[in-house]
Amino acid sequence: MTALALPTGEVDTSHGPILYLEGVSVSFDGFKALNNLSLYIDEGELRCLIGPNGAGKTTLMDVITGKTRPDNGSVFFGQTIDLLKLDEPAIAAAGIGRKFQKPSVFEKLSVFENLELALATNKGVWPTLFAKLTSIQRERIDEVLLTIGLIESRWQQAGDLSHGQKQWLEIGMLLMQEPKVMLIDEPVAGMTHQEIERTAQLLLSLQGERSVIVVEHDMEFVRSIAKRVTVLHEGSVLTEGTMDEVQNDPRVIQVYLGD
Amino acid sequence: MFKQFYEHDKAAFWLLTLIGGIVFLIPTANIIFPEESPFHVSAYSISIIGKYLTFALLGLSLDLVWGYCGILALGQGAFFALGGYAIGMYLMRQIGTRGVYGNADLPDFMVFLNWQELPWYWYGFNHFWFALLMIVLVPGLLAYVFGWLAFRSRVTGVYLSIITQALTYALLLAFFRNEMGFGGNNGLTDFKELLGFNIQSSAVRACLLIASGLALMLAFVVSKWVINSKLGRVITAIRDQEARVRFIGYRVELFKLWIFVFAAVLAGIAGALYVPQVGIINPSEFSPLNSLEIVIWVAIGGRGTLYGGIIGAVLVN
Repeated sequence: MTALALPTGEVDTSHGPILYLEGVSVSFDGFKALNNLSLYIDEGELRCLIGPNGAGKTTLMDVITGKTRPDNGSVFFGQTIDLLKLDEPAIAAAGIGRKFQKPSVFEKLSVFENLELALATNKGVWPTLFAKLTSIQRERIDEVLLTIGLIESRWQQAGDLSHGQKQWLEIGMLLMQEPKVMLIDEPVAGMTHQEIERTAQLLLSLQGERSVIVVEHDMEFVRSIAKRVTVLHEGSVLTEGTMDEVQNDPRVIQVYLGD
Repeated sequence: MFKQFYEHDKAAFWLLTLIGGIVFLIPTANIIFPEESPFHVSAYSISIIGKYLTFALLGLSLDLVWGYCGILALGQGAFFALGGYAIGMYLMRQIGTRGVYGNADLPDFMVFLNWQELPWYWYGFNHFWFALLMIVLVPGLLAYVFGWLAFRSRVTGVYLSIITQALTYALLLAFFRNEMGFGGNNGLTDFKELLGFNIQSSAVRACLLIASGLALMLAFVVSKWVINSKLGRVITAIRDQEARVRFIGYRVELFKLWIFVFAAVLAGIAGALYVPQVGIINPSEFSPLNSLEIVIWVAIGGRGTLYGGIIGAVLVN
């Protein structure tokens, strides 16, 4: 419970990386979802994770956000914050936000209310009961509504949005949390070509102020945004590099095309 | 102000008007019209209507936890019964020497059991203010401890429903035991006075009806405010996407606990208003079936509406 009081905005990135995963292993009933995986994400970088189904991409996100506890290894946020000691709300409060593969917006609430709930503020029970939006917070919500192109549908129920719009709202909720690290699982699944392009622009505009980790199957999309790509295979890092390097790596070709 | 309110929320406006009307008209009809008049409302009918109002409050309390937060609590009746026992203990102490055995210190059933002195947990119940405090504290505290254990270990769905049934069943068995000191099988009854007034009189019955109506209206307004607050939206979000709420930084278990305790307190108040109007509280109020019935009220009235629990409770009864 001490994690509640964790100071936000004080992640020690003096050594470069903001996220450290070292020797992380997770197994489910004997199946090794992650196998001695090590990964470092720099402050402000945009990293793409690719890999065939079952490579461990989603498990990796589960470990970072506290949903799954690894059997071995260590996960650090900056130099000092041990994520394995925190639970989901505490990790979120520390500054790691996550967008799920399947859109999971709050369908009964309006677009505006979805963003309001995600807003970075005191999320204790009593402060929430008496919460009133300040004009600065309203402006912040409007700003995000503009960014995600949903300003016209702000009072619409989130459940009535199209699939692509829900994905955008998810990203908007992430932005409202003002995280230092954003984990984005399959942002363009089910989007039209135009929507994919806009998503790429949005994600590119975020790098620098935030670290963004994107898991995606759409290779064309990955090519359009990625500087560095990490390929996962059978729960560990197969290779890392630019998209061109990765695509020409014979091991990657073998993994993707099968033996 | 009324017009604004009416336009803002018509259903709530009419519901409050209706309850207000009942609270005002029924006692008036009892007093003004002579007994032979067709408009006369008997003291018996007053108690019946008052009883329904307390059921409505109980239905409202379950709608908060189930309708809004998605916790299918099948033990809401336990909190109702505990509130009832708290006021029942006060009413027993008021009997004084007018009991069958004429013992000023001990209720009849204790004399019957050959007890020599009042058990410690009956201390204080000769004061009305103490009973009022217990009506709120006992159900609230039980809900707090139970909810803290259950929600912290992330017991949800049907498992939570089952342990809430187990909770009320355990209390049923405990209160049946004579050694518990709550009158065993027979419970607490034969009440004489409430605050020094004859509890059977029309005036006291009318006052209890008014108190029940006002408590219901107040609970409705406060619940409405809670549901319209940001906390209300978090609660609804927990119902629809519990895991997601955690990932945006809310401690889901604390929010569930808050609404669970709030609803338990409302149920306790309902029970405390119910008991003086029916004149008895016994362990059957803890029966698991009672708690299931409350679920049916809310289901029929419409869950997640606040007035659903109220309408359902009245309709079914």
